[in-house]
Amino acid sequence: MKAFTAHRGLVGPMDRANVDTDMIIPKQFLKSIKRSGFGPNLFDELRYLDEGQPGADCSNRPLNPDFPLNFPRYQGASILLARKNFGCGSSREHAPWAIEDYGFNAIIAPSYADIFYNNCFKNGLLPVILSEEQVDILFAELEANEGYQLSIDLHAQTVTTDSGHLFAFEIDEFRKECLLQGLDDIGLTLQEADAIKQYEDARAAQHPWVFGAIK
Amino acid sequence: MAGQTLYDKLWNSHLVKQRDDGSALIYIDRHVIHEVTSPQAFEGLRLAGRAPWRLDTNIATPDHNISTDKTERDAGVAGMSDEVSRIQVQTLDDNCDLYGIKEFKINEMGQGIVHVMGPELGATMPGMTVVCGDSHTATHGALACLAHGIGTSEVEHVLATQCLVAKKMKNMRVTVNGTLGAGVTPKDVVLAIIGKIGTAGGNGHAIEFAGSVFRDMSIEGRMTVCNMAIEAGARVGMVAVDQKTIDYCEGRQFVPKGEMFEQAVAYWNTLTSDADAVFDTEVELVAEDIAPQVTWGTSPEMVSAVTASVPTLDEQPSEEKRKGLERALEYMGLEGGQAIESIKVDRVFIGSCTNSRIEDMRAAAAIAKGRKVAGSVKQVLIVPGSQMVKAQAEAEGLDKIFIEAGMDWREPGCSMCLAMNADKLGAGEHCASTSNRNFEGRQGNGGRTHLMSPAMAAAAAVAGHIVDVRSFTEVV
Repeated sequence: MKAFTAHRGLVGPMDRANVDTDMIIPKQFLKSIKRSGFGPNLFDELRYLDEGQPGADCSNRPLNPDFPLNFPRYQGASILLARKNFGCGSSREHAPWAIEDYGFNAIIAPSYADIFYNNCFKNGLLPVILSEEQVDILFAELEANEGYQLSIDLHAQTVTTDSGHLFAFEIDEFRKECLLQGLDDIGLTLQEADAIKQYEDARAAQHPWVFGAIK
Repeated sequence: MAGQTLYDKLWNSHLVKQRDDGSALIYIDRHVIHEVTSPQAFEGLRLAGRAPWRLDTNIATPDHNISTDKTERDAGVAGMSDEVSRIQVQTLDDNCDLYGIKEFKINEMGQGIVHVMGPELGATMPGMTVVCGDSHTATHGALACLAHGIGTSEVEHVLATQCLVAKKMKNMRVTVNGTLGAGVTPKDVVLAIIGKIGTAGGNGHAIEFAGSVFRDMSIEGRMTVCNMAIEAGARVGMVAVDQKTIDYCEGRQFVPKGEMFEQAVAYWNTLTSDADAVFDTEVELVAEDIAPQVTWGTSPEMVSAVTASVPTLDEQPSEEKRKGLERALEYMGLEGGQAIESIKVDRVFIGSCTNSRIEDMRAAAAIAKGRKVAGSVKQVLIVPGSQMVKAQAEAEGLDKIFIEAGMDWREPGCSMCLAMNADKLGAGEHCASTSNRNFEGRQGNGGRTHLMSPAMAAAAAVAGHIVDVRSFTEVV
């Protein structure tokens, strides 16, 4: 997995609460057996005026001129500024895949749905949690300043604005380490193989019906 | 020391290792696999040169993107008309064959929507940890399992290690006491709960559903409730073990028999929250206050009693709520203040992992019997949740009732719940749906979903608009 340590980049807005995973990546794109290439279909139904089809070239599709991420000023955005309960709905990891493939390295929002939040960390995508008041300030500054950039430092757990705000954020120690180092968490877990085997043997002795029935 | 909640017990009994940084390794007993969220996981496994940790933990079936049309289904995987979907189902078959994972293939008895199939085969049993690359995995919590959805990277993690890295959630108890009125079903109960706490109300929590309403509820009904825990933001929903749980499990294909069954039951009977257990969050509803529910907006929390009206912009408490409502009404093509019962429906969908079990089929058939679908309704899809539900419904003659009423009796799958196959809404069409999400575009680009119970959906099919099922004479 790619590491995330610090990032400075252009901010793009997604100014609505409860953005769900169907909105982030509609179901027809879930038929892919790959984990890349979802970026052109991020927010597909909001972003384009026609209906997207899997595998189709998006470069000539009619863009929705009212969708903010289509505005020229937000082209090249690498930090997504969003509202509360971002990523609610399904467990599809295609959602963070699409966000990452589009070019975002981090998201900033007041809260996230649990499964989506978890999925971000598996893909080197940092979901920053700030308070609603802090997110309001960022939206206001973004609106007022073309070319608006933010700096995120995962080590220090801070988001810094050019106007001088410094917002600290919380993050689990384990998740932070994995992101900072770009660790493969399967490899880490397999270092505990003996403990897993020991647990499993004890469980099989105590609750034998959990084992062996399905073959 | 305070007693343990059901969630505490399930967590503690699966704890392989608590790490110093607050994370933990949790052992996974049952892993359910389907075609959409698994191909990248199997590929990752291969790329890393790893093999599945354990085979007899896994159970697989295709459900999300398969056709529900009999002619196409009879042609099997090779006959799937959508090439991209065909490759995905074929990939599931190939991966299961390669590793020796038990799969119920497309037309095999046992196949069905993952969350219908697992419990009905006895693949999920009380006290287990159950995961699947699907957010509605909480369904299995109706059997006092610790069950939740995972992403594809975690599917790979479970395949490779039989564990998940997790952090303990908070405990929430949702208590509903009293007696439900006639025509008020488990779906109405869970929609009312979501209406009360909101779609983020359960974030970070595992919910236990408690109180006389759930004790009185069938296991199928409890599954409907636990299924939608995620729509309240909680990955996990659970109901404690009682005699109904044990009776439900007994005799199912993968459930032990004889002495081992007795041994299992002795353990299962401990799977309740202790009387002195403390919950971080408590929510209470009164059964008698719950009327049949209908969603009018684009989030499951945008829900009202069928007798109510669509909310108006000026009664919103905040600018954010007002903006959200305005956007939802525009998408749904509704006016604030309009009576819910005045909403006409173009299509009806009865199915999904929320409401496609045999009692859902019976409830819909009870309304459809001797009636006809309204002329203005273009299509009524009845999609049983599994091959077993389909066979049982046909043995009871329910298929004939539906067909006689002018409804389509289909093959098992996820169907129009998420519209990955050909079953979908056209832009602007309103659908009375027994599924779980009314998000924009969920059932088809531009489609307008109204979530409700199977009886309410069948009633809407007959009336041509949303209607209070309690006005039908057989609802007593």
